[in-house]
Amino acid sequence: MKKALLSGNEAIARGAYEAGIQVATGYPGTPSSEILETVAREYGKEIYAEWSTNEKVAMDAAAGAAYSGRRSMVTTKQVGMNVLADALMYTVYTGIEAGLIVVTADDPGMFSSQNEQDNRWYARLAKLPLLEPADSQEAKDFVVQGISLSERFDTPVLLRTTMRVSHSKGVVTLGERAAVPDEIGPFVRNQEKYVCTAMWAKKRHPVVEQRLLELAQHAESSPFNRIEWGERSLGIITSGITYTYAREVFPDASILKLGMSFPLPVRLINSFAEQVEKVLVIEELDPFLEEQIKAMGIEVVGKDVFPPCDELLPDKIYSIAVDAGFLDKKKDAKPAVPPPETLPPRSPVLCPGCPHRSTFYLLHKMKVPVAGDIGCYNLGCLPPFNAQHTMGCMGASIGVLHGMAIAQLPEKGAATIGDSTFFHSGMPALANMVHNQSHGVVILMDNGTTAMTGHQDHPGTTWSLHGKDVPHIEFKPLLHAMGAKKVVEVNAFAVAEVEKGLKECLDYDGPSVLITKGLCVFISRNPQPPYVVDTDSCVACGECFKLGCPAIVKSNEHNPKTGKAKASIDPTLCVGCDVCRQVCPTGAIHPPIGVERSEA
Amino acid sequence: MNKIDFLVAGVGGQGTILASDILAEVGMEAGYDAKKSDVLGLAVRGGSVLSHVRWGRTVASPVSRKGTIDYLLGFEPLEALRGTEFLHPQSTALVNTQPIPPVSVSSGDAIYPAKERLEQILHAVTANVYFVEATEEAIGLGSSKVTNVVMIGAFSALLDVPVEVWEKVILSRVPEKYSQLNKAAFFAGRELIQGARIS
Repeated sequence: MKKALLSGNEAIARGAYEAGIQVATGYPGTPSSEILETVAREYGKEIYAEWSTNEKVAMDAAAGAAYSGRRSMVTTKQVGMNVLADALMYTVYTGIEAGLIVVTADDPGMFSSQNEQDNRWYARLAKLPLLEPADSQEAKDFVVQGISLSERFDTPVLLRTTMRVSHSKGVVTLGERAAVPDEIGPFVRNQEKYVCTAMWAKKRHPVVEQRLLELAQHAESSPFNRIEWGERSLGIITSGITYTYAREVFPDASILKLGMSFPLPVRLINSFAEQVEKVLVIEELDPFLEEQIKAMGIEVVGKDVFPPCDELLPDKIYSIAVDAGFLDKKKDAKPAVPPPETLPPRSPVLCPGCPHRSTFYLLHKMKVPVAGDIGCYNLGCLPPFNAQHTMGCMGASIGVLHGMAIAQLPEKGAATIGDSTFFHSGMPALANMVHNQSHGVVILMDNGTTAMTGHQDHPGTTWSLHGKDVPHIEFKPLLHAMGAKKVVEVNAFAVAEVEKGLKECLDYDGPSVLITKGLCVFISRNPQPPYVVDTDSCVACGECFKLGCPAIVKSNEHNPKTGKAKASIDPTLCVGCDVCRQVCPTGAIHPPIGVERSEA
Repeated sequence: MNKIDFLVAGVGGQGTILASDILAEVGMEAGYDAKKSDVLGLAVRGGSVLSHVRWGRTVASPVSRKGTIDYLLGFEPLEALRGTEFLHPQSTALVNTQPIPPVSVSSGDAIYPAKERLEQILHAVTANVYFVEATEEAIGLGSSKVTNVVMIGAFSALLDVPVEVWEKVILSRVPEKYSQLNKAAFFAGRELIQGARIS
């Protein structure tokens, strides 16, 4: 049988192929984005894949496809689930005509997220089955088995990974694609099932409750859940990636591994607990399993020793288990040697040539209070800019700016929001500002892509996941149609232009939008010859350092009067965006003499 | 079948993820179970990248424990130092000499450790340290982009896996038009290991 080394996300995409899924939707978000990218790249002929404008739209679309008889999948990162949830709730009531699987990639450790929410709770809240793969092989298999579970029980299925499952690679045995119909339709007109109006939804709720009981029954003997018997002195109940860590740290213990972690197999858990002396529940983040198992009347040790914060990596499990007396310290264990000194950090920064740089330089200079949003531009909250003062979730910036206005804050504020984020959830908030006669500047940082998550498309781009030259939405007419009277568009790489536009918008009495237009360097891919600093003209004033550009470095030469370091430019990093030349007060920065700029 | 654990440390953009993919796949082709896990900072360029790669009869966790890694591949000296707590006294470290100063250093807020200090720190953990000028070698071959394959080539000389397996996996992972360049990089790396050991 054919084997391949796949990441969890690639394996989920492969699972979608083998399961006969025909429609896959989602909104990009780390650590989930590679699922749809792989679907589009590897299985684009068999599966229609799209980046939808947001997670809820993606879920509605997948529901519509599943109602139409196509096996469907939605992907999201953990916080996107909050956006998707409204649609998830009704699909549990309606059920589906063809399998529907919702994939949430959670982020314990917050490698690229604003919180550490544990999306397993959504399974309990929405009342649908929850699958937790532990590695790439299971990630693929659980999609295939999840689709058949979905069709057998007439319910969407939630598949939850974490960053370690999504981004780790493992050996996967590949299978064939299930046979699926080419032709579908006519659309099923079963209103009592698919119209969630109160009179009919009321009849569906008992169906949901009954279905949960049947799923719990199914969980008792389902191959998703298995016991690995070892010594009976210690029994561990665990799920997902934590299973692999527990197996590593406790090679001799008995383990009940829950692949389907909601609804729980009560009899199986009881019987396991009866046959071991002590039960340990090891799970990352919240006591999701633990609380339910305790409610069964079983005594367990869990969150009283294992913290609910951060990843629960093997090293941490080991040291906690030793401290709590569940493991004997290995006699030959040598303490790991940490580096003897503090090493210089490698913090994330806006890339050289980033179109967002000029805006944050100016916001810092003009001391504007700024409500921020999610994207690369969140790096504007870091030094040297310190120019984003709030950031909560996708699309929050404009609503928070509105709140600052209605609170009658004496300063005029601004919101920073990217093009993709604006389509995702910024538009309703701007409509609200217009309608409720708010004021403040919405800075729409249009870099022509969803940059932070890996440069995906959105409704403003001329390409999509499945096509080139697609119709795109222009911001200016869109904003005018939304009732924004003051809309100024500037070139993000022209500092004076951005400054003038920003002042104009700040002076305007009402909601205004400043569009800072400039392509992400990974989209334009048009590097110019690196700039140079004329050391004699440089007075070491430090103005260019306020741009926080990784290409502008402190040179070994100093201003003899101030003792401050002069600037120099790292030619391997500079892409010649010209922004530093514009802010230099002495004209010391210039393009290389005698070298022509190239056109895109 | 022995368990072998690796750590690949570098800077985003250096091709360390491709290198650790190659390493994991070579393990699979050589008959091991293999897993790997990449730890990235924020999803932007230029950050620290740490990849765990594990070979064994069966591998459960994709992440190794501290003090248990057998081989460290440092694509950048400073990043190699961040991995030292995963090593044990019998570990082997292979480090590319070319520094990439982080912004904290170029902005003058921190100091990049001197080469002698780097060697000293690594040596304090293990006696088996190799330094190779992989970036220079790659530039000499025509592109700094093949630094990762030069490193893999140098590393391959330290492991008991047939050279054909390495070649096959590398060529399946790189664009066809760069096959010759990558092949040259791999064999140049294998040569580099001679005399690279620091004692």
